[in-house]
Amino acid sequence: MSSTISENQTPETGTARVKRGMAEQLKGGVIMDVVNAEQAKIAEDAGAVAVMALERVPADIRKDGGVARMSDPNMIEEIIEAVSIPVMAKSRIGHFVEAQVLQSLGVDYIDESEVLTPADEVNHSDKFAFTTPFVCGATNLGEALRRIAEGAAMIRSKGEAGTGNVVEAVRHLRQIKNEIARLRGFDNNELYAAAKDLRAPYELVKEVAELGKLPVVLFSAGGVATPADAALMRQLGAEGVFVGSGIFKSGDPAKRAAAIVKATTFYDDPKIIADASRNLGEAMVGINCDTLPEAERYANRGW
Amino acid sequence: MSHEAPVIGVLALQGDVREHLIALAAADAVARPVRRPEELAEVDGLVIPGGESTTISKLAVLFGVMEPLRARVRAGMPVYGTCAGMILLADKILDPRSGQETVGGIDMIVRRNAFGRQNESFEASLDVNGIAGDPVEGVFIRAPWVESVGAEAEVLAEHEGHIVAVRQGDALATSFHPELTGDHRVHALFVDMVRANRAAASL
Repeated sequence: MSSTISENQTPETGTARVKRGMAEQLKGGVIMDVVNAEQAKIAEDAGAVAVMALERVPADIRKDGGVARMSDPNMIEEIIEAVSIPVMAKSRIGHFVEAQVLQSLGVDYIDESEVLTPADEVNHSDKFAFTTPFVCGATNLGEALRRIAEGAAMIRSKGEAGTGNVVEAVRHLRQIKNEIARLRGFDNNELYAAAKDLRAPYELVKEVAELGKLPVVLFSAGGVATPADAALMRQLGAEGVFVGSGIFKSGDPAKRAAAIVKATTFYDDPKIIADASRNLGEAMVGINCDTLPEAERYANRGW
Repeated sequence: MSHEAPVIGVLALQGDVREHLIALAAADAVARPVRRPEELAEVDGLVIPGGESTTISKLAVLFGVMEPLRARVRAGMPVYGTCAGMILLADKILDPRSGQETVGGIDMIVRRNAFGRQNESFEASLDVNGIAGDPVEGVFIRAPWVESVGAEAEVLAEHEGHIVAVRQGDALATSFHPELTGDHRVHALFVDMVRANRAAASL
């Protein structure tokens, strides 16, 4: 071995590059909600890039009602033990102690999620205070940039979780993409006013205008139930998809999970999506979002 | 020798494909995504990006890219793997998931997630043999390390006593992600490898 090899002594953890870079590694992939180790293994075998450990999938949270909180640490640890892919877990909005607990358990990403009952109606958690990176939901560009300003290293559309209805995820992703496209045409004078309208820091607004994209990875979440849904979100510009209730509330979870992975990779190839869509058994039943009372819309949580 | 820019593919089944395409283009290659066997046939060299090695490996088998890829690597096509890509280029994984296959090409044994989970992911600067000038900024994300290499493989860099960059002939692998830093010197090294390989083939 050559003698020119030397080492630097100061490794640095929790940097923006390491946090955002982690999400870059998930791109083109599917992140699946799982409630136990057995489901986590099914997800990993199907080709999931990560799993989201939670006690109840959103469809059940919706059905059961009551306050939805962080999951039992035992259950999260069992899932961490069961798979080699990254494990994410959800904290309530603004519940930074739940986030501290999740970090101490060694989860790879924290989802500060509107699917759980918010703990703070004014403040989201300060995500710079953590080594573990955060993903947050957004319905529009201003919301996405406010989360990034608080330290989020990944953004997902909120969609309407637990409905099996992709309409809200489409709305949020189109909204974010359209607002980014609009910024591209602005000159410097206009960017100050745009920042005010978006209620977001000017530096971030300027960065988005220059990049033509968010400075972090953008996934889709909330209502994806079929391979075609996943491919739709990717064609609309999502860099990957979260699938919540859609897999384990369906007739044949292993098969549907693998099919959604295929369609996410070959999102622009209708023949492959067609093959992936064959004989999947029953999809989750689904809820029409326009019949959902305002109080039951998770996307309205967070600000 | 051809003076045209080499065509270098990035295996685009899953992972940070975009960043590699940008880095390769900045290093004067014609970069394009590769998902299908017929796309693989058209490139002079290939990058296997960072991502989830289990996912990439499964999709490669499922969509019939794994065998053609192995054949081309055996036939001497230059390849470069980062992180998950390094795992896929290893002849042996120390702790494979059941049924996890690799492409192989470098006589080395890798340990997956050897540096730990995301909380342990880190940045550190490294001296890399063959990269002149300042140290390389190493971004390590749930990164593997190389436990041991065979006689044909050359160690290019270490971090805290662990091997993190290896070259064997026209195959290159790093535990870290130069594609995330904006410093394109490692990609430039690979583009040079592809150029030299193509020049040798056209003699």
